[in-house]
Amino acid sequence: MNKPLRRIAIFCGLLVLALLIRDNWIQYVQADELRSDKKNRRVTIERYASPRGNIIVGGEPITGSAESSDSDFKFKRTYKDGAMWAPVTGYASQAFGATQLESIEDGILTGNDDRLFFRNTLDMLTGKKQQGGNVVTTLNAAAQKAAYNGLKRQGGKGSVVALEPSTGKILALASFPSYDPSSFAGNSTTTDTKAWQKLQKKNNPNDPMLNRALRETYPPGSTFKVVTAAAALEDGLYTSADAKTDSPDPWIMKGTTTKLPNEGNIPCKNATLRVALQYSCNTVFGKIGSDLGNDKMLDMAKKFGFDEEQFTPVRANASVFSDKMNPSQTALSSIGQFNTAATPLQMAMVASAVANDGKLMKPYMVDELQSPGLDPIQKTDPEELSQPLSAENAQILQSMMETVVDKGTGSNAKIPGVKVGGKTGTAQHGVDNSENPYAWFISYAKGEDGSAPVAVAVVVEDDNAVRDDISGGGLAAPIARNVMEAVIDSKK
Amino acid sequence: MSGTNTSHSPTHHTSTIGAIGAPSRRNTELALLVFAVVIPVFAYANVGLALNDSVPPGLLSYGLGLGLLAGVGHLVVRKFAPYADPLMLPLATLLNGLGLVVIWRLDQSKRLSNYAEAAPRQLLYSAMGVALLAVVLIFLKDHRVLQRYTYISMAGALFLLILPLVPGLGANIYGAKIWIKIPGLGTLQPGEFAKIALAVFFAGYLMVKRDALALASRRFMGLYLPRGRDLGPILVVWVISILILVFETDLGTSLLFFGMFVIMLYVATERTSWIVFGLLMSAVGAVGVASFEPHIQTRVQAWLDPMREFDLSRAGVQDGIVHSEQAMQALWAFGSGGTLGTGLGQGNSDLIGFAANSDFILATFGEELGLAGVMAILLLYGLIIERGVRTALAARDPFGKLLAVGLSGAFALQVFVVAGGVMGLIPLTGMTLPFVAYGGSSVIANWALIGILLRISDTARRPAPAPAANPDAEMTQVVRPS
Repeated sequence: MNKPLRRIAIFCGLLVLALLIRDNWIQYVQADELRSDKKNRRVTIERYASPRGNIIVGGEPITGSAESSDSDFKFKRTYKDGAMWAPVTGYASQAFGATQLESIEDGILTGNDDRLFFRNTLDMLTGKKQQGGNVVTTLNAAAQKAAYNGLKRQGGKGSVVALEPSTGKILALASFPSYDPSSFAGNSTTTDTKAWQKLQKKNNPNDPMLNRALRETYPPGSTFKVVTAAAALEDGLYTSADAKTDSPDPWIMKGTTTKLPNEGNIPCKNATLRVALQYSCNTVFGKIGSDLGNDKMLDMAKKFGFDEEQFTPVRANASVFSDKMNPSQTALSSIGQFNTAATPLQMAMVASAVANDGKLMKPYMVDELQSPGLDPIQKTDPEELSQPLSAENAQILQSMMETVVDKGTGSNAKIPGVKVGGKTGTAQHGVDNSENPYAWFISYAKGEDGSAPVAVAVVVEDDNAVRDDISGGGLAAPIARNVMEAVIDSKK
Repeated sequence: MSGTNTSHSPTHHTSTIGAIGAPSRRNTELALLVFAVVIPVFAYANVGLALNDSVPPGLLSYGLGLGLLAGVGHLVVRKFAPYADPLMLPLATLLNGLGLVVIWRLDQSKRLSNYAEAAPRQLLYSAMGVALLAVVLIFLKDHRVLQRYTYISMAGALFLLILPLVPGLGANIYGAKIWIKIPGLGTLQPGEFAKIALAVFFAGYLMVKRDALALASRRFMGLYLPRGRDLGPILVVWVISILILVFETDLGTSLLFFGMFVIMLYVATERTSWIVFGLLMSAVGAVGVASFEPHIQTRVQAWLDPMREFDLSRAGVQDGIVHSEQAMQALWAFGSGGTLGTGLGQGNSDLIGFAANSDFILATFGEELGLAGVMAILLLYGLIIERGVRTALAARDPFGKLLAVGLSGAFALQVFVVAGGVMGLIPLTGMTLPFVAYGGSSVIANWALIGILLRISDTARRPAPAPAANPDAEMTQVVRPS
């Protein structure tokens, strides 16, 4: 009987071996994946086990930590001006997880990041409790306040993004209506869950938790004409702002019998680029788009950042400029209609690239990650994303945009003693344009030395306003002006 | 039996087998037992320090309790089974002690308030288990006595297996009906005791029938096919296993009994064809039953996609099936432990909830002692199993061989089914990890199992009685060709 017994011994050994292999699989190979699984409650428990590091704007924390009453979680996240900063911070909730900066930089904020390993080991040896590091943002508190208050005063839905053109630093990132992440930071099924439920889109049609600055795309309307003008200059179709263009008015779109209308009675026939931008001539820019063709327009749009997600590091949706369109569709797309859609961040990037003499900088909002001892762990360096247009052409385009503010539709953005360039937009939406249009304004301000400290994009969707009142110049430009002023004042 | 073996010497090519006593190894056992008690005591202190920053007040009584159990076990073995295997008692004591530590650690959990008193009760069960071990060793002078009770064992095993199905006595806990409720005493898992009774029955039955089963067969395609009428017994056991699966909806118990029978059948007949038949029959049975039994289907689904079950459970989906997040929670516990674990008392394995200290107790080891700890535990089980099979090899009588291999094989299958289930290697079944998991039936029955193995190994290793004094008698000499 001993031969089968030996085989049984081997069989039992194999059973134990299988268990050992499986154990290595789940505790070694898959360990990290399982440990950091978002649904694994330990992730949340750890997140609140010690006071969380802070998100910092202009040297001041906009977040905090308070002792929590929950049995699993020692601490709870708090926010200062939570609604104003929510598009930047996101939220860190014991019950509902974390998003945006709170999630992306979770490792630093909890102190679990590998880059803090040496420090943590040292702390463990000296008996100190683990602490979280800080996330220092690029934002400008005054600009953010101006942006958020401007939107709030307006009362409708909207968003503002401000960038520093020379670096790509995000100075303001506002969305309205917003939410206070403090209201559901805890784990109480009564207060926190109720607050959370109230903010969900199905219970609140205004969708306050949508980060409109990064995650909503709108038809950019006439603000897109800046991109079309850049394409015309770069291609050499037109080389000067003040030479007459070949633009019949009325213009019948190529391949159709449809006239492309202008808004009101404006001097668009063979208008120069400057005049066309000043009066926002659909005929001129529609024909430029049609003449350049889909490929060239798409190429230029992509150089400005269209059709690609941006990571600031918070993800921004990709803006859209379509491929494979016929000439009439290209014409409509070139005046910011048809399929064209852009996030507010995207349009701020357009203004920023023009103001920065044609160089587009990668937008970012995290300036520095700090260890709990405030030593820098990682600093973000400005990075050039592309150069959509040459410095000369950028300056031509600047002079055109400055005319828009000086004499044209953007006069509401004028700031005494500062050179401001801008472009208004009013984009139609809804079936047969039945819904209220979006009011757009993109602009930059230039200092005396010719450098531009700020570029802004503002979009307002106002269900309550009278239809005629909505135009980029009327609703959006004043907000842009306030934001630019705030940035200029804070530089003084 | 190496005491007088001199064959290693280059000059003497003879080895002498004599009646001079083989070493009993009782002192080895005692030394190992010291470790088996000291390690859990340190672990116990460790839990207290981690949870409350102080040495737990119960440390002394706990240490004394475990020490007493080990001491009593050792003295009984020394007196009544002096040649028994020296490793089994320390291994079982160590596992039992570590189990007690982790059960006590889970008692302290705020999330699991209903387990507040599990550890003292488990200590009581362990004492009862060691008492039963002593009873086995004292009263079972020779394991061959059990052979007389072959058919009584069968009746007893069937009775125990049917118990959970008796209305008013059986308890359905989370879908599986393998418990009985005894008012005032709690629940009992009769299957744990049936395991031993069945091993006795199979051993006795196969010892008698093995020649018929082995020899009367036809060869077909390289396999020995048994005669139709010899298929009877395996078919009966198969049907009983299927019935367990259907009526008690417990895959683990069913697999355990059938697997044990196939192993013993193979050893008794030395015919590989039985293994092939066994595998085919268990596959057909398991797939067949799973196709109409929703409880088994859920277990399989939770095994294939634990995350889905977690989500369904969290969403509170009511579709007539109990969705459980436990499979996923156990995996997270293992993963979060990583290589070295969080340290005793510092994990969150109590998130598993129900049965965290019984069926799922290995997950706590996984999280708090890490890969290193679980591998150590698995190797301890591996050692017990291999000592058991070794006992079977050393046993001189076929009944002893069969009984030893049956018990060790069942032990191995049980460890595999439980640990594999918790680690997601196979679908989860409601069984307890021997010695470690909380549960009276399991601890008591497994101590008895160790008692029987000790008895068989004692008989196997015991030197033949010294020959009558005869001054002329010379030792038998075996001359080996070099």
